[in-house]
Amino acid sequence: MSETDLNEQHRLIAKAMNEGSPQAKALGFTTLDIGDGVAVLKVPYRTELVGDPETGVIAGGVVTTLLDHASGQAVHAAMSTWTSIATLDLRIDYMRPAEPGKDILARAHCYKLTRSVAFVRAVAYETDPEDPIAAAQAAFMLDSSAGKKAGANLKPPGSSKQDSSKKEDGQ
Amino acid sequence: MSEAQSRLVAVLGAIPYAKFIGMTAELAGDEMTAILPFSPDIVGNPMLPAIHGGVLGAFMEMTALAQLSIAETLKRQPRTIDVSIEYLRSGRPLTTYARAQIKKVGRRIANVHVEAWQEQRAAPIAALRGHFLLTGAED
Repeated sequence: MSETDLNEQHRLIAKAMNEGSPQAKALGFTTLDIGDGVAVLKVPYRTELVGDPETGVIAGGVVTTLLDHASGQAVHAAMSTWTSIATLDLRIDYMRPAEPGKDILARAHCYKLTRSVAFVRAVAYETDPEDPIAAAQAAFMLDSSAGKKAGANLKPPGSSKQDSSKKEDGQ
Repeated sequence: MSEAQSRLVAVLGAIPYAKFIGMTAELAGDEMTAILPFSPDIVGNPMLPAIHGGVLGAFMEMTALAQLSIAETLKRQPRTIDVSIEYLRSGRPLTTYARAQIKKVGRRIANVHVEAWQEQRAAPIAALRGHFLLTGAED
């Protein structure tokens, strides 16, 4: 695949993840930049998203969701073909409160990709990534939906064991 | 309404983002259960569908903050220092519950563990460990 095609593919994945994911859409996430294992996302400031009404600061949970979402896009931006991914763990250090009234950006970098796992570092900030609101370190499982069909979560776990066990257990 | 109960209602009522994701909490004696009813807006992966990992993280973080507010007399909301979230199972389109355990409250810092589950308490879908700064504790 040419570099232009790959860039276009990454942009389409970002668009699908921002507009197709109801929570990302509800929070108004947009991707400002994506490619080479890096993704930069933005969440616009809104009073509904405040965590502490005394200060007007956006809730830590919104920053958590933004960092998780940006980290996922960075993983896709590090790969040349699309695969399903799922967050294994996410560690976040909150360095300072976000400035009230300002949009928050997150820059995530997928710095290591193995066959099964992707490792990501990310920061959230208003204008300068060197002066972060929060820093995150995350690990993602790759091909997380192996053997799972669309709508798999609508059924209780184990109810579809007969058809999924072949793939998941490798028997 | 007990004192702890009114503090709980006040704390959750004061967090606009708790309302945004539809979170509530119930008290049985001194035991609090946080509740996140399913709504289409909290979905992250529409294919499965699965609840957004960030929403689960936020829900557990606010569970920790709510637990601290009923256990301690604080003048201000505690500030999150760090959280470490483990995702164990996909969040299905069902009601999610969470309970927090305060492991240690020091003069300034509290350590809280939270576990979230859906149909079975013994099969948690996610866990959070965090440190919180008790800003109002010294005043």
